[in-house]
Amino acid sequence: MGRFFLVKVIRELSGMILTRAPKLCNFVEWRGYKVVYKRYASLYFCMCIDQDDNELEVLEIIHHYVEILDRYFGSVCELDLIFNFHKAYYILDEILIAGELQESSKKTVARLIAAQDSLVEAAKEQASSISNMIAQATK
Amino acid sequence: MNPFSSGTRMRDMIRAIRACKTAAEERAVVRKECAAIRAAISENDQDYSHRNLAKLMFIHMLGYPTHFGQMECLKLIATAGFPEKRIGYLGLMLLLDERQEVLMLVTNSIKQDLNHTNQYIVGLALCALGNLGSAEMARDLAPDVERLLQFRDPNIRKKAALCTIRIIKKVPDLAENFIKPAAVLLKEKHHGVLITGVQLCTDLCRVSDEALEYFKKKSIDGLVKLLRDLTNSPYAPEYDISGITDPFLHVRLLKLLRVLGEGDADASDSMNDLLAQVATKTESNKNAGNAILYECVAAIMSIEDNGGLRVLAVNILGRFLSSRDNNIRYVALNMLMKAMALDSQAVQRHRATILECVKDPDASIRKRALELVYLLVNENNVKQLTKDLVDYLEVSDPEFKGDLSAKICSIVEKFSPEKIWYIDQMLKVLSEAGNYVKDDVWHALIVVITNAPNLHGYTVRSLYKAVQTTTEQETLLRVAVWCVGEYADLLISNAGMLDIEDPITVTEADAVNVVETAIGRDSSDLTTRAMCLIALLKLSSRFPSLSKRINDIIHRHKRSLVLELQQRAIEFNSIIGKHEKIRSALVERMPVLDEATFSGRRAGSVPNAVSTSQGAPPKIPNGVVKPAPPPLVDLLDLSSDDVPTSVSVGGDFLHDLLGVDMSPAPSQGTNQTKKSGTDMLLDLLSIGDPPALSNSAALDILSTSQDSQSAGDLSGKSPTPLLSVKASTSAGSSSMMDLLDGFGATPSVPVTDAPTYPSIVAFESSSLKVTFNFTKDPSSQHTTLIEAQFTNKSPNIYSNFVFQAAVPKFLQLHLDPASSNTLPASGDGSITQTLRISNSQHGKKSLVMRMRINYKVNNKDVLEEGQINTFPRGL
Repeated sequence: MGRFFLVKVIRELSGMILTRAPKLCNFVEWRGYKVVYKRYASLYFCMCIDQDDNELEVLEIIHHYVEILDRYFGSVCELDLIFNFHKAYYILDEILIAGELQESSKKTVARLIAAQDSLVEAAKEQASSISNMIAQATK
Repeated sequence: MNPFSSGTRMRDMIRAIRACKTAAEERAVVRKECAAIRAAISENDQDYSHRNLAKLMFIHMLGYPTHFGQMECLKLIATAGFPEKRIGYLGLMLLLDERQEVLMLVTNSIKQDLNHTNQYIVGLALCALGNLGSAEMARDLAPDVERLLQFRDPNIRKKAALCTIRIIKKVPDLAENFIKPAAVLLKEKHHGVLITGVQLCTDLCRVSDEALEYFKKKSIDGLVKLLRDLTNSPYAPEYDISGITDPFLHVRLLKLLRVLGEGDADASDSMNDLLAQVATKTESNKNAGNAILYECVAAIMSIEDNGGLRVLAVNILGRFLSSRDNNIRYVALNMLMKAMALDSQAVQRHRATILECVKDPDASIRKRALELVYLLVNENNVKQLTKDLVDYLEVSDPEFKGDLSAKICSIVEKFSPEKIWYIDQMLKVLSEAGNYVKDDVWHALIVVITNAPNLHGYTVRSLYKAVQTTTEQETLLRVAVWCVGEYADLLISNAGMLDIEDPITVTEADAVNVVETAIGRDSSDLTTRAMCLIALLKLSSRFPSLSKRINDIIHRHKRSLVLELQQRAIEFNSIIGKHEKIRSALVERMPVLDEATFSGRRAGSVPNAVSTSQGAPPKIPNGVVKPAPPPLVDLLDLSSDDVPTSVSVGGDFLHDLLGVDMSPAPSQGTNQTKKSGTDMLLDLLSIGDPPALSNSAALDILSTSQDSQSAGDLSGKSPTPLLSVKASTSAGSSSMMDLLDGFGATPSVPVTDAPTYPSIVAFESSSLKVTFNFTKDPSSQHTTLIEAQFTNKSPNIYSNFVFQAAVPKFLQLHLDPASSNTLPASGDGSITQTLRISNSQHGKKSLVMRMRINYKVNNKDVLEEGQINTFPRGL
């Protein structure tokens, strides 16, 4: 039940949002919540919020995220997000936790992501050099 | 290299999936990958676990089941390296949710990672806990998180703050521990920590009154200063958005101030100047600025009143309302709803603009505007507003018509100044959008109509005119057919003409035409057709000269494949054909339907199943299986000491009464009562030895015998469908025949010269009325024939209607089958059933009886029961 719910949600929301004409407002009402969406080229970014959240601010949050993605990937496009979805998530985790905003400085977010990326790089290098050593040793 | 590894890198898998042209192809690729991943997991493959989990996450996002990967996440989290932990935690957050039990196993890993030396690993753990933590995990790990609120690195402090929010939401008791640490965060300089700290304080105040008091006392001035400095701050490139420094922080601070100022005059005072400054100084040409203004207005609306500020706020909203930006208009409409509570006058000034918004091309705006208009309606403007809304109804989108018509009906019902206006408006709505209108709305309309006798003529004439032009609206047709049936005489005679009416000429034939057209329409559904049949019956009584024609119309439906229509057609045909004496009594003018009861029931939305008549009968638990016959002591709480039993149709009828099986009707098709069914038929038809019958065989006997014996009576009766419940129906029709035939012949007719006993209302609730008419059996002093009549007082049709009765031992009870088991709504017909009681203590003890009635309404089963003590003496 739980795992297919996400797909169902996406399907329902797509039906509602994709059919909306361009000039209309960026909010739809769905199952008692509000969904704020913003369109960038062929991508729609949606955020589901409660009745008493500030919709206009959420628009800014979405834009904040997209700008950071843009800086990270360098003119981000849809394929970047598909093939590097895990990185998109890592970045999202630096901006939101449990739906609340975490950091308003794009510079800070970029710095944190870069630091973690270099940790990963370092670990990879270490792993490959160890396996080289083992490969050499067991020849 | 692991031979079971699929070997493909994640990006190759993604490419392969995207290259698939059909869903089946995609499923095949996914299946192959999943198989490889499963194998790798069971082989405990370390090398590719990172890649495999990444692939699994992608597959999960596509919607395929991936539960087998959950333990992999745990394994990766438990690994020492940063990349593994990173992907492991991400997998955890994507593949699991807090309901999974697997999550508990992660608690220990998270605890260790919260105390890790690498701050990025601490960050990962905080993130996962904040996104996913259950209440138990929150309780376990709260102390660690509390400690991290003071960590040296701001990156950790801000994550810890958000994690704390989840903890206090899951375990509100822990909130007190976090008050002081949260207050410290408010003194930070780092924006990230400030934002999260402010958010934490806001949520603390929502969850804990103690926190609210604390922050009100200690923090308001600091917060005000903070926001003021922020508003006045010079350009800061790192935080600038559209010329405003960190609008997010602005908004959060305003939200916290709102929570602190709500309901507290002093607190509100200290923030007034600041709010005024923000409201006036913030630029509103960009979204960021508007977001701040919006939050500011929300704050002003919530805190304690300062006249000037409120005016300022409503002005801003007015400006928003006329903006060309749809987003702004949307939030303005939203906020105006809250403003209504504070200053409805101010909002009324914008009524015209709001009404325009109801017609906006944007569906979201229309919805908000409609809600707001509903709040704006009062006695003064209701007529104008309704007129505008009804006019718009004609041109609105079909998707919107449902909402719009529902709101209009709601407004009309609530505020209608006079009944004639109500009826007019409802007719307009029904003509425009009748198909979108819910059942209880037009039921309410009918109730109102019956309660306005001086308007009956006007109503029926208006409806007549309306259906000449509008043919597509089912609901309108139903109301019209009902009214034509009831008030046809007023229609013809132009009685009760109001000044505003033009006289119209309607002949009797015209009236019948209306109903005939309605019943003949292809698109008329069951309810409409059923109502038409009853209306035709009424018309035949009111216009006897057209009886023949009406009978022909009804006749056409005797072969209907829909049981309800067939049954009605046969019965009404029979009434018109052979029972003219009682016809007018049957279809007399409806009594006024009780509005109070109706609206009460509507509000409750469940028909009363408890009898509210004399006394409070002891409750029988529904559906309790009582295997042995004797435990009837519960059932009949009579003063008589006899252990009550009951004898009625078939010995096993009592089981039915006790709820052994909730199947209704004496002649039920269960194995137990098979015999009883047969007995009943024997009684009815005086047939000789029947073979051992199944229910369907019994029916065959019924139809064949009828064809042979009473062919004259049942001309053209077609065999009824063989459903077990309906066994009583077909028998019922014949029994009704007997009943009605018996009027002339047997002494069971009420109109005799034998001593008559007064009828009693055996039982009456708000939804049902049961009348008993008594006659003595002339052949036996002890025996009384009771004709029970059941009338439906509600506007809903009852189906599967079954009456059951039980009597004490000194009485013998025999139930004939009922005339039908569908009880039309609003007394549009009734069910009759004959009971025969023999009183062995005749003269010494009076009759007494417990009854129980089951029926179905709107697909819900209803039980009504009661005890009848009001039998006339001497029976």
